[in-house]
Amino acid sequence: MIKVQTQDFDIGALYQQITSKDNNPLGYGAVVTFVGKVRDFNQQQSVSALSLEHYPAMTEKVLNEISEQAQTRWPIATPIIIHRVGDLQPGDQIVYIGVASAHRKAAFEACEFLIDYLKTKAPFWKKEKSGEQFHWVDARESDQQAASKWISND
Amino acid sequence: MLSIVFFAQTREIIGQGDFSLPFQPQFSDLEAIRSHLASTNDKWDLALTREKLIVAVNQEMSPWDTIIKDGDEIAFFPPVTGG
Repeated sequence: MIKVQTQDFDIGALYQQITSKDNNPLGYGAVVTFVGKVRDFNQQQSVSALSLEHYPAMTEKVLNEISEQAQTRWPIATPIIIHRVGDLQPGDQIVYIGVASAHRKAAFEACEFLIDYLKTKAPFWKKEKSGEQFHWVDARESDQQAASKWISND
Repeated sequence: MLSIVFFAQTREIIGQGDFSLPFQPQFSDLEAIRSHLASTNDKWDLALTREKLIVAVNQEMSPWDTIIKDGDEIAFFPPVTGG
């Protein structure tokens, strides 16, 4: 399941959903979830607000692609990916990734793969407010390196 | 007709989010479109500096030598920062 939305999400409800008998009658032995939140600092500056923009036509396409890639590479259930857009505050939840599998290794790896690919391929952009000024967040080289490690494993 | 769209800093510097551009035979690949748009004025030239600019054709990130055709949607934007 993939959703891009302005409203917050309920981690408890999503956990119920990914582990429900409808999703897999046999149940899953391992569930790994990742939640990304708005930091109140970045690159030594305090952050008072964050705004997230995206490219609607492309976002869902990319998230579907990486979800399918993860399901090809690991024996996992259909992942849940939720990403918020619009105006957010420090401490707010931004992104949720939930992966269920029979065993922990596949669930851990697929979850890390999904967030690494989301961060470098899905068309979202963050704008932070420090003091009275807004500035666009720079892409990090470390995110590119994190994503590239999944290529060398192919 | 080509649909040209901009996002984030690229959109802000250019001052508009999207417009339609009549397709011309000299628009052979993405680099040809980029340099055509960059020649509009200094602001567009700055916004479309190739270093750290990403381009997508029909919602797919693509290399600069990608051949384009009439009807394509071409998006220019900076490296993504979601998650």
